[in-house]
Amino acid sequence: MSEPAFLQLRNIVKEFDGHRAVDTVSIDIVKGEIFALLGSSGSGKTTLLRMLAGFEKPSSGTITLDGQDLLHLPPYVRPMNMMFQSYALFPHLSVFDNIAFGLRRDRLPKNEVEARVAAMLKLVQLVPYAKRKPHQLSGGQQQRVALARSLAKKPQLLLLDEPLGALDKKLREETQMELANIISDVGVTCVMVTHDQEEAMTMASRIAVMSEGRFLQVGAPAEIYETPASRFVADFIGKVNLMDGTLVEDEADHVIVDCGDVKHWVGHGITGTLGMPVTVALRPEKIRVGAEPPEVGPGVLAGEFNRARGAVKDMAYFGSFTVYHLQLASGRILKISQSNTERHGASLTWGDEAWASWSPLAQVVLTQ
Amino acid sequence: MRTGRGSLGRAAVIGVPFAWLAAFFLLPFLVVAKLSVSEMETTTIKDIVAWKDGAIAFSLQFGNYLQLAQDSLYVRTYLASLEYAAVTTLLCLTIGYPFAYFMARARRTLQPALLMLVMLPFWTSFLLRVYAWKALLTEQGLAANAIEWLGIDRVLAAFGLIPGPGQLMNTPFSLVLGMTYTYLPFMILPLYSNLAKMDLCLLEAASDLGATAWTAFWTVTVPLSGAGIIAGAMLVFIPCVGEYVIPELLGGPQTQMIGRTLWDEFFSNNDWPMACTVAVTMVLLVIVPVAVFSRYQAEVEERRT
Repeated sequence: MSEPAFLQLRNIVKEFDGHRAVDTVSIDIVKGEIFALLGSSGSGKTTLLRMLAGFEKPSSGTITLDGQDLLHLPPYVRPMNMMFQSYALFPHLSVFDNIAFGLRRDRLPKNEVEARVAAMLKLVQLVPYAKRKPHQLSGGQQQRVALARSLAKKPQLLLLDEPLGALDKKLREETQMELANIISDVGVTCVMVTHDQEEAMTMASRIAVMSEGRFLQVGAPAEIYETPASRFVADFIGKVNLMDGTLVEDEADHVIVDCGDVKHWVGHGITGTLGMPVTVALRPEKIRVGAEPPEVGPGVLAGEFNRARGAVKDMAYFGSFTVYHLQLASGRILKISQSNTERHGASLTWGDEAWASWSPLAQVVLTQ
Repeated sequence: MRTGRGSLGRAAVIGVPFAWLAAFFLLPFLVVAKLSVSEMETTTIKDIVAWKDGAIAFSLQFGNYLQLAQDSLYVRTYLASLEYAAVTTLLCLTIGYPFAYFMARARRTLQPALLMLVMLPFWTSFLLRVYAWKALLTEQGLAANAIEWLGIDRVLAAFGLIPGPGQLMNTPFSLVLGMTYTYLPFMILPLYSNLAKMDLCLLEAASDLGATAWTAFWTVTVPLSGAGIIAGAMLVFIPCVGEYVIPELLGGPQTQMIGRTLWDEFFSNNDWPMACTVAVTMVLLVIVPVAVFSRYQAEVEERRT
């Protein structure tokens, strides 16, 4: 028996001028969860978040939080707070007053407001900056003020709109962990919106991949990455080689997919019928590459399965790993990423003949 | 070479407006200031610097300023000018703020048309519009009839703004009405440009944090439009203090303002030094709020960057 749903969305539809921005979305979110809505722009993720906050009204459907119907509550009485993508800090107020804004609206006594703001400043490590105005802070500090402000009222639900979107790459990586730690320390249930899959994967306990207003797949980060349910999800999350083929052998413990120039022996069964068209998804980091034909051993099959021969058409060195584009005789490009476990380990270069091979547990067979 | 030419160009760009202001504002002002401390003999004005007995002699007459401070008529006129200007500014703000607010929040496509409507009165001569009010407010005038029909004139009379019911023209009421009408666009335009720039996300944030629309307006919108309020208030207040035409046409014996006094000194009394003293004092009275405003503006600019 799983935990009862804390936040419950049922058949949410939002239409703008006849266009469905959010199309019949239902989800249960458990208390304490960090739930990420992941999608490209226009996928409806922000609209969904704004409906939770109360800035938009769904065309139909219901939202309940802890059994309480939210739809009839205006934003200012909903027990949730949002951290805006642009932070939306009040430029005329100091850091202290920004954090105190929500508490003062609740008419809390002065000493309680001060105590709560002090605790928040400590939480986000901004105690020395209480008197500064937002424009006197760096981007990372502003982000922490925004977080403190949205946590100050102890909301039952925290909404994050692209929480790290306004930061540069290096700062984002540092802040990501910090933000996730603060949220889990506070223990608040959290719904976040992001277009950045890394952000979603590192921070969220569950991810919903959205496209055209619908949930394509909902699951833990590893689940979404390793067993994508559809071509779109496989392609959207991380890099992948997608190969179309037909199912030529269908056994309980394995299947064989013929993709023309590549024949896949996949070590798991699928529900399908012989001869049906399928797509094999193979992540670049699950392919080994070398100048010699792979020797048969553990994880390497004999014969023609799970191997390919081609020429290095392109390569890019990223420091910790190298990406190769191997062009097969048929013209197909195979993306391979090889971690550089030894210094000067990479021996392949442009134009070299090379062999690629992968284990029978590397692929996923997609039927849609 | 390039840097030399660049700095020359920059100097020209900055220098031209400075030269303009020096030639057409500072110089005339200095002349006026000089006249205010000069002595007048019947029709000629004596130089303040004279070569006398082999030495330079300065003769500065500050008597006019002294007289200005001591004569309660002048003091009262100044106070009345400041008061009428302040009341007009307040009225313009009260009417103009909601006006500008709804313009800024109107549909984007509608805004240019609304802006046009605010500026439309400028297409007609200012004098004509003030004369039109004269016609509207005289007995049996359209506006006068409407005001009497609504009974507003009795309220105005009760507050002493008009001498009695039905007597609307040449009263403090008609004066303030005319000035408010004339200067309203100068309040609306800076307010509008300020409010239109505001990030609406901030209102959502306020609402999210528990502020009703009313609270959000007072705690976020109004403080953030401070620069617009001050700019609008200055644009209304400063010209109102020295206003001459509107008090002349719509004001009455009760509403002596400093512009009228200035005219009298120059053209009725022919006392140029006194007239210049009145003018210099008025400029100084107005310069103080402007200086305060510029400082505030500079602070706001600094906050933006």
